[in-house]
Amino acid sequence: MSRTRIFVLIAIDANTVIAGAREIKNCFSAEIGRLGLSDEVQVIETGSFGPADAGVLAAVQPDGLVYGNLTMDDVPRIVAEHFVKGRVYQRRLLEGEVPPPAPDDADARHTQRHGRIVLENCGRIDPERIEEYIANDGYLGLGRVLTEMTPTQVIDEIKTSGLRGRGGAGFPTGLKWAFCAPVKAREKYVICNADEGEPGTFKDRLIMEGDPHKVLEGMAICGYAIGAARGYIYIRGEYRLSIDRMQRAIEQARKFGMLGRKLFGSDFNFNVEIRKGAGAYVCGEETALIESMEGKRGLPRLKPPFPAQVGFRGRPTNVNNVETLANVPVIMRRGGEWFRGLGTPGTPGTKVYTILGHIRRPGLIEVPTGVTLREIINEYGGGMQAGSFHMAQLGGTAGDILGAEMLDVPLDYDALQKVGHVLGSGAILIMNETVNLRDFLHVCLRFFYHESCGRCNPCRNGMRVLRDITGRLKDGCAYRDDPLLMQEVALMLKSSAFCPLGQSPAAPIMSAWRYFRDEIMLGVDAQAVRPRQPRNRRETLQAAV
Amino acid sequence: MTDSNTTACACEGQCNAAVWNELDEFIASHERGRNSLIQVLHKAQELFGYLPPDVHQHVADQLGLPVSEVLGVVTFYHYFSMQPRGRHTINVCMGTACYVRGAKKVLEALQEKLGIKMGETTPDRRFSITTQRCFGACGLAPVIMVNSDVHGRVTANKLTGILNQYE
Repeated sequence: MSRTRIFVLIAIDANTVIAGAREIKNCFSAEIGRLGLSDEVQVIETGSFGPADAGVLAAVQPDGLVYGNLTMDDVPRIVAEHFVKGRVYQRRLLEGEVPPPAPDDADARHTQRHGRIVLENCGRIDPERIEEYIANDGYLGLGRVLTEMTPTQVIDEIKTSGLRGRGGAGFPTGLKWAFCAPVKAREKYVICNADEGEPGTFKDRLIMEGDPHKVLEGMAICGYAIGAARGYIYIRGEYRLSIDRMQRAIEQARKFGMLGRKLFGSDFNFNVEIRKGAGAYVCGEETALIESMEGKRGLPRLKPPFPAQVGFRGRPTNVNNVETLANVPVIMRRGGEWFRGLGTPGTPGTKVYTILGHIRRPGLIEVPTGVTLREIINEYGGGMQAGSFHMAQLGGTAGDILGAEMLDVPLDYDALQKVGHVLGSGAILIMNETVNLRDFLHVCLRFFYHESCGRCNPCRNGMRVLRDITGRLKDGCAYRDDPLLMQEVALMLKSSAFCPLGQSPAAPIMSAWRYFRDEIMLGVDAQAVRPRQPRNRRETLQAAV
Repeated sequence: MTDSNTTACACEGQCNAAVWNELDEFIASHERGRNSLIQVLHKAQELFGYLPPDVHQHVADQLGLPVSEVLGVVTFYHYFSMQPRGRHTINVCMGTACYVRGAKKVLEALQEKLGIKMGETTPDRRFSITTQRCFGACGLAPVIMVNSDVHGRVTANKLTGILNQYE
């Protein structure tokens, strides 16, 4: 008999590799081989399932079960109990986890609450095999685009879908493409921004590791729409597994004619190359990213001209986030109208979040836009791990700090803007009362101080001032006017810094002031007297000695 | 070629012509000029372990750039180092998620244990300590990375066990 009866999918991603997923996978293969079950049970490598703290994860299909926290000792038991005798091995069964959805209910899957678009294949297919992606309707969107649609129609379809950039700013993607498309140039470029630098965010990494072809397909569609024949993926140098998987995906796509010359019999050529980043937070800003790709220091450029006119090598360039591009193939396959119907009207579709901190089940989730923070904590995060909710930071270090009042605000760009917040990059850090707000604020500012690129004066000096003030607040020795000064400097940065990095400390500082004024004031020492500043050169010299 | 073959570096005499040749081959396979600079430096750091001044000079000559520009790029990005590293580099993640879960204590314990500060190398060149912003493994916070192995949920007590794995 050679019909496969059971599929064991082992999640191989950044989080599980640490826990020893590769060894467990080999152990499964060996054990299955030893018992002569190789024909019946197939072991497959796949991408992330979502949970980030449940050790090595294995899904068993078609049963739809997920085992977590696996050790070497569990493997023979699972094989003997589950695969041979058909009894579920209860000890390592993950309760309440969302199992990877079964492959045949595609329509139901997309409309229901746990519907996934970007992560539809993550944890279900082997990311190192293009055949599996194609079997799950992969490259169908690209095929449809190249054979049936004009570039203008593609852009219109994206505009209809209402897709907004998922990197943090939420700029409408269709509009961005429409800026770039009419510009005449000898060559244009598509850049995929995979320099995921916002602390606490790792969604792009898991998308690239779990479903790399989706990103490539999105890039190719974008290339067709704006008239670009070359694409670059700018990946952080630290993301080794992402780089390996994307590289492999590119090679396979070339071999299968999904990248290269005259795709699908059309006149469209498209090739993708990987560029490794070298670790600079500011390079997530699109013009700094372009500078870095040109081999320079990653200092942001003055806008306008926007990259759509003058970008990489001075030519028109479109820069999109990984998650944005991963949405594109699905939109092309299922239509913009369908996409528009998901989530909220202002921000259609879904959003991938990484939820972290003091919750029971940290990890990667994809939810329709408009879900509230409370729902995310309770339904997706499994509730608070210990203690009660104190604060949350939305969207990485450059994000707003929210208090308990904001638990019920729907998370989409417009609803948050109405109450004066931004959605950010997709990290949600949940903290209980053990975290000291002043301490936390200081950590954020130390990060900004360290990452300031030095291009403009407000950021270079302002970050130092803010770091010092938050440091004093943390130590409880701040001067009486420090809280006010802190806000003044933050607002000054917001209005005068050169790029979004320099403007971002205003978000955590102003929102912290809004919800946690009392806690900040606790850091003030009423007796502390600010040392007199030197008034002339002689005093300055004396102070220096 | 420059006279760089004679320079002593972290690999203690092993950085022979073969390594330089490999770098030259890599450079030759890329376009000349600024565009390839960061990719070349990545390769050079992989080969030499760090980027000493004679590597800057060599890369600058080969790519046709002023050496000042190479130095500018090397000092801008955290990934590149101009200090010789130990055989094993310990990276402590200082992202917010790790910080909240106690990365500071881990770093302090590590510094005390090895008797060196952040950015330094032990006298026997066994370990170097560096810190980094987020690794993107926040679910396992606090996280440290030794060479390319990531260790999650690190506590001060677990450090000895982790460090013993690396000679």
